[in-house]
Amino acid sequence: MIHAVVCTDMEKWFGAGDTRIQVLRGLSLEIPLGEMAMIEGPSGCGKTTLISIMAGLLDASGGGLEVLGTDSTSMSARERVEFRRDNIGFVFQQFNLLPALTAVENAAVPLFVAGWRRREAIEKASELLATLGLGHRTRSLPSQLSGGEQQRVTFARALVHEPRLVICDEPTSALDAKTGHLVMELLSEIAVRPDRGVIVVTHDSRIFEFAGTIAHMEDGLVTHVEKGESIGRPVPAGIAQGVQSSRDHTELKI
Amino acid sequence: MSAIANGTAVSETSRPSVGSPGVFTSRKRGRGSASAMNWVALRMLTGDRAKYLGLIFAIAFSTFLIAQQSSLFVVVVNRTRSFIVDVTDADIWVMAPATRYLDEVFSLKDNDVDRVRSVPGVRWAVPFYKGSARVIAADGQFRQTTLLGVDDASLAGAPEPRRMVLGSVENLRDPDAVVTDLAGYNSLFPGEPLTLGKTLEMNDHRANIVGIVSASVPFGPLPVFYTRYSLALDFVGRERKLLSFVLAKGAPGARLSDVTKRIDDQTGLQALSSDEFGWMTIWYYIRHTAFTTVFGITVVIAIIVGMVVAGQTFYMFTLENLKQFGVLKATGTTNGRIVSMILLQALLVGALGYSIGIGMDTLVFVAMSHNQATRDSMLFWQTMGLAAGLELLIVLIASLASIRKVLVLEAAVVFRG
Repeated sequence: MIHAVVCTDMEKWFGAGDTRIQVLRGLSLEIPLGEMAMIEGPSGCGKTTLISIMAGLLDASGGGLEVLGTDSTSMSARERVEFRRDNIGFVFQQFNLLPALTAVENAAVPLFVAGWRRREAIEKASELLATLGLGHRTRSLPSQLSGGEQQRVTFARALVHEPRLVICDEPTSALDAKTGHLVMELLSEIAVRPDRGVIVVTHDSRIFEFAGTIAHMEDGLVTHVEKGESIGRPVPAGIAQGVQSSRDHTELKI
Repeated sequence: MSAIANGTAVSETSRPSVGSPGVFTSRKRGRGSASAMNWVALRMLTGDRAKYLGLIFAIAFSTFLIAQQSSLFVVVVNRTRSFIVDVTDADIWVMAPATRYLDEVFSLKDNDVDRVRSVPGVRWAVPFYKGSARVIAADGQFRQTTLLGVDDASLAGAPEPRRMVLGSVENLRDPDAVVTDLAGYNSLFPGEPLTLGKTLEMNDHRANIVGIVSASVPFGPLPVFYTRYSLALDFVGRERKLLSFVLAKGAPGARLSDVTKRIDDQTGLQALSSDEFGWMTIWYYIRHTAFTTVFGITVVIAIIVGMVVAGQTFYMFTLENLKQFGVLKATGTTNGRIVSMILLQALLVGALGYSIGIGMDTLVFVAMSHNQATRDSMLFWQTMGLAAGLELLIVLIASLASIRKVLVLEAAVVFRG
């Protein structure tokens, strides 16, 4: 069975010498295809580092990583860039839209990168924006869009090249509660597919209802995982204790 | 299930086709790849109007200064050999061995003309006088002038007929005849129309203007008068030796360098081709005056302005766009493509700034060409090439610094707030 992501004993260190710190402490995690998985935890627990490694934007210091059935650790830098281009879509916390490009041009960026001709890329991005309810704002610059509209443009950018893994970093943190709920509803509707994995890093417990599974992180480890109907139940004591020792590698299967 | 998007219900039937099972990306790689990303690069560049215009202005100003100052430098040093350039019928200048430049005249003996004529390979040789004379201008004031005496018989050394504005070179054969340059005429008879027949008092002798010539602009500000050699000697008075130079022409088929060497050997004088003498004069002025320093400083300032303002602005432009480049890297843009995007941005800014700078120079030089004192000012293709090379260097250095910053950028920066 192909998983969206499989992390095995993953470690990540930053810095050197006295300033060297360990951010991921032998983390293991399996995320299946076909549902929206959320990674939750306090600031500084390593969530962003984890998704950066999953996306191939950072190298792990140790451990194994499989993304969409491919061993990511054995890829060259060039292969990783091409893999990312072809298979991964991103939704960023700060939207990160290119301010000089219109909404449709921003949405088409992954197609430009993938080598599509501009006219065809714009056509495809326009169709997707229309589906996302932004058909009338395709020519608007990001500065002319509301937060919710900008987020929908980032959804279009994340999905336009039909990636098999979509990674979202705090997609609702810059939005009010109502808009956040709406865009998550939209994301779960258009992004979740049987052959696609969607990973959302979030602090926002109000959007947990959209998750198929939730991995809770603390201090560089996954402390426990909630899945399906178990979401929202109290954390089993044994799993919570596992966090106390940084040497105790937590291995959880979602 | 439906989602509310911007108040619009997105129905099940209007779902996007993306992500359908079994459908994987249909790549349309090819020629579109580079052009679409280049287009993104240009949009990123022009998106921030203020910075974009600032970059172009910095390059334009730098180009303007570099091309203008280096052209003016060439114009001014070229003036030091103006009298040599204007003598087109002779191709050899013979002078005292100690002479280092045109204005350093050590008189020769009258029979040196015959000695030069006797050298094999010399077709003809004539005397040439270069000195100064004092005239009384129309306003009654004394003016110092440059006096050039050309061969009485052949008029060799006189201006080319095509450069005569009024009158004829042949009129120099008339009694007391002088030909003056246009700037000199306007200086001596300000505001008066160009007419022949005006008389001047030159060193207590009568001088009759029989022609007006558009001569090359001389280095000094003095009016220039051409007259016959014998008449020039009359004007300046009798001294034991008054022969300034011997002008000679090489025989057909004779190599100029061989002829000048033979003159050197047989007469003990210094013989140079017109070109050699011109360059010797130019180099003398470059080495012994502050020209090079003054113009050089301005050119260096222009380069520094270009480097600091354009380079720094471009570098800052890249720094401020780091996150955008991070997004492109995260999305799968290769480092090679990003390098080409930055180079494209730099080259476009450089080309536009350079064109505007050269355009500004053209306007200035056209305006200067209407002024009597600066009528010889012109923009040389060589200085335009110099400016192009330096501006290219500036934008390349600026882009290399930017490229380095982007290449070491971790794409994970996109996840930082």
